[in-house]
Parts: sequence; C-alpha cells; structure tokens
Amino acid sequence: MLRILQFLYRVRAFLLFAFLEFLAIWMIVANNSPQGAAFFNSSNELVGSALKKQADVVQFFSLADANAALVEENARLKQELLGLQVKPDSMPLTIDSTLKATFELKGARVVANSLRFSQNYLTLYKGAKDGIKPGMGVFNSQGIVGRVKSVSENYSVAFSVLNTSLLISAKIKSSEVFGSVQWDGVNASEVQLLYVPRHVKASEGDTVITSGFNAVFPEGLLIGQISKVEVNKKDPNYLAITVKLSTDFSKLTYVYLVENTQFQEIDSLYRQSDLPNEY
Amino acid sequence: MNIRNLISYSFVILILGLVQILFLRNLALFGHAFGFLYLLGLLILPSTLRTIPLMLLAFVLGFILDVFFETIGMHTAAATLFAFLKPFWLKTASPTGGFDEAEEPSLSQIGLGRYVSYAFPLLFVYSLAFFIADQWGTGGFLGILSKSFFSAVFTLLLTILVQLLFFRRKRGIS
Repeated sequence: MLRILQFLYRVRAFLLFAFLEFLAIWMIVANNSPQGAAFFNSSNELVGSALKKQADVVQFFSLADANAALVEENARLKQELLGLQVKPDSMPLTIDSTLKATFELKGARVVANSLRFSQNYLTLYKGAKDGIKPGMGVFNSQGIVGRVKSVSENYSVAFSVLNTSLLISAKIKSSEVFGSVQWDGVNASEVQLLYVPRHVKASEGDTVITSGFNAVFPEGLLIGQISKVEVNKKDPNYLAITVKLSTDFSKLTYVYLVENTQFQEIDSLYRQSDLPNEY
Repeated sequence: MNIRNLISYSFVILILGLVQILFLRNLALFGHAFGFLYLLGLLILPSTLRTIPLMLLAFVLGFILDVFFETIGMHTAAATLFAFLKPFWLKTASPTGGFDEAEEPSLSQIGLGRYVSYAFPLLFVYSLAFFIADQWGTGGFLGILSKSFFSAVFTLLLTILVQLLFFRRKRGIS
C-alpha cells in the first residue's frame, strides 16, 4: 500500500497534468456541442465589459466608415419606403397572414469578433435585457453574419458564418436551387455551397441568398457571389460551389438581429411531422 | 524565488496577457502564423519553479485567454501541455551539468542559439496542440502542421524581439 502511495506521489505531476488536460478537453467538447450549455464565454459580464472597452477604443477609428455605411443604407431604405407608402384608395388591401410581417429586427454593436480560428464567434453588446434570444439570425447591410448562440443579461455570443459548425439554408437567386452554406475553415472570405445536384447549371457570378426555409433568416438576404463551380470530388452527384462572401468580417461594427415571431409555430410543426429543422 | 522576483514575474505575465488579449487578438500573418506572445511569460520562469505550480499557472492563464477569445478549452489544453513539458525539456536541452539552479532561461541569460533550441520545440508543440484542438475533424493534417510551424516561428521571433527591446538588465526585468 505504501509503495502504491509512494508511486502515486512520484507521478503526481503527471496525474495533475492528465486531470487538467481532461478538464480542458471536456470544456472544448461541452462548448462545441450545439445543445450543450456554455458555462464560460465572453457573454460573461466581466469579460464582456472588458471587450467593450477595447471595442470603444478600436472602433473609434472606424466610425467614419460605419457612418458612411449607415447613411448609404438609410438612403436605400428611405427610397424603398417611398415606394411602399399606401396611397388613399377606394379599395384598401386587407393584410392577411401571407403579408403579415413575421420578422422583428434589432440593432446591436459588435464588441468582439474573431476570424482566425475554425470556430469563430462574435460578441454583441445586447442581451436578454433587450430581448435577444438564442437562435436569432445576425446580419448587416452587406449580408449575413451569423446566428446567436447564447445570451446573458447585457451581452450575447453568436456563431459567425465563419464557424465550421454553422449551416445556413441558401439558394442561388437566378435558378432558385437550394443548398446549404457552410464554411470549410480555410479562407475567411469564402464559404462552400453544399448539396447542389450536378444537373444544375450554376455559373460564376451568380448571387447566393438565404432561402427563408430555415425560419432563422428572412428570404433574400445576401450571402455572396459564386466564385468557382466544380464537381464534388468526394461525391460526384453534387457540385462543389465556392461562394465569395459579401460581408467583410474583418470590419464588423454594427449588426442587425432578426427574430422570426412564428419560429415556435414552425418549429413545433416540424417536430410534429418528424422533419429535421436545419438552421 | 524571492518576493521581488515574484512581483516582477507577475507583472510581466500580466502585461503579456493584456497585449495578447488587446492587440494580438486577430493578428495572424498571412492568415497562417499566430503570435502566442503570452507564452514568453511561461518560458522565462526559472527552472526552480516546479512542474505542478507551473501547470496550474498555465491552466489559469490559458483559461482566461480562452474566455476572451471564445475558444474555450483550446488555449487551456495547449498551455497545460506546454507547462508539463517545459521542465523536462529544460532539463534535456540544458548543457551538461545543467543550468545554474537559479537561472532563468531567457535570451540574455542563455544566449540566442540555446534559447532557440529551448523555446522553439516547446512553442511548436503548443501550436500543434492548439491547432489540432481548433481544427478537429475539419482541416487536413498538412494544414495543421504548416500553421503550427509558422506560428511557432512567428511566436519565437516575437519573444526574441520583446526580450531584446524590453528585457535590458542582466538580472530581473527592467
């Protein structure tokens, strides 16, 4: 017995090492499983506020760019609004469920953003207090950005599109062919469009947009432009399409969060009929 | 280790940690070479510091970085491995008869050639562990290898640069 204890005492450093490594690997796994709750992340108050302080300083230098982008978008929205204003008419349109707005938008500031890892996340300065919920879509005026993963009181953490575990339902605008967009972890300005069958004619320069089928993003948000079309080498029934992202992830300052107010209904309908809901 | 050294080492680790979090956050040369400058704080710790406190320190340090970088567990795992290997490697790589007990393995103390042969393998192992954890199941092994190699080189250059610029005096830290 004493010998065993002595032996254990002699290898105590290794035992501690094994224990700490186990702990670290457990944290990696717990954090990366989509259902697993994240215990520690940058939506933590202390970390969030430190990151916000840093963003306060860094983003000061890009205020001019952010302003220009906002003005541009404002102008475009104003123009669209002019076209939408209802003129007094003897035959008013009644709004039914097909025309009812099912998406609610909120704005938020990006306080931290990574793009160099293969699992990238954003930290946003809006949290549960402002009505942010896990599962909301994130986009900006250039295109899609990601999807909210977890929220705290004042901050929230979102998957970036540059996260290999995020799939987004997409379609090619011209041919209305569906597929899923996923990042392959290599180039921060390109994603792959998967599950497009080979008979589809896709050409370089075609626009790729969200399909609106996944109930997270509304239909028609820009994802990017096709930059390369090849036959998938692993599965020759499908095309390997590379899409150049329209969003510049290195310059994110402000984003919009979108919530589908009918998400619950759609989700429970999917569950009723045993369909997998792809996000 | 006396109290004065303890304070100066804590100060160095704190500063390096802050630099890592605030400035090296999204820095990657050609999207390939990461700078893990905070490892310098662990590298220069004297050989008298035993494995267990070193490992605990590395674990905590890695965990703090992970929380900020949203990479939970990855820096922690790699830094713990780094701290576990450091005393062994220091013993193996030291000249016959070993380093002077109280000596710190910094550039000014052990010279450039020996510093590179001491630091580079450790940095490479760290980077390898980090990128394997990062790209688990996604990237090819060649990509992981090249990223690790260039990150280790870049980090080594950064640590040499920082030591040349800021670690002036022969003993202790300026």
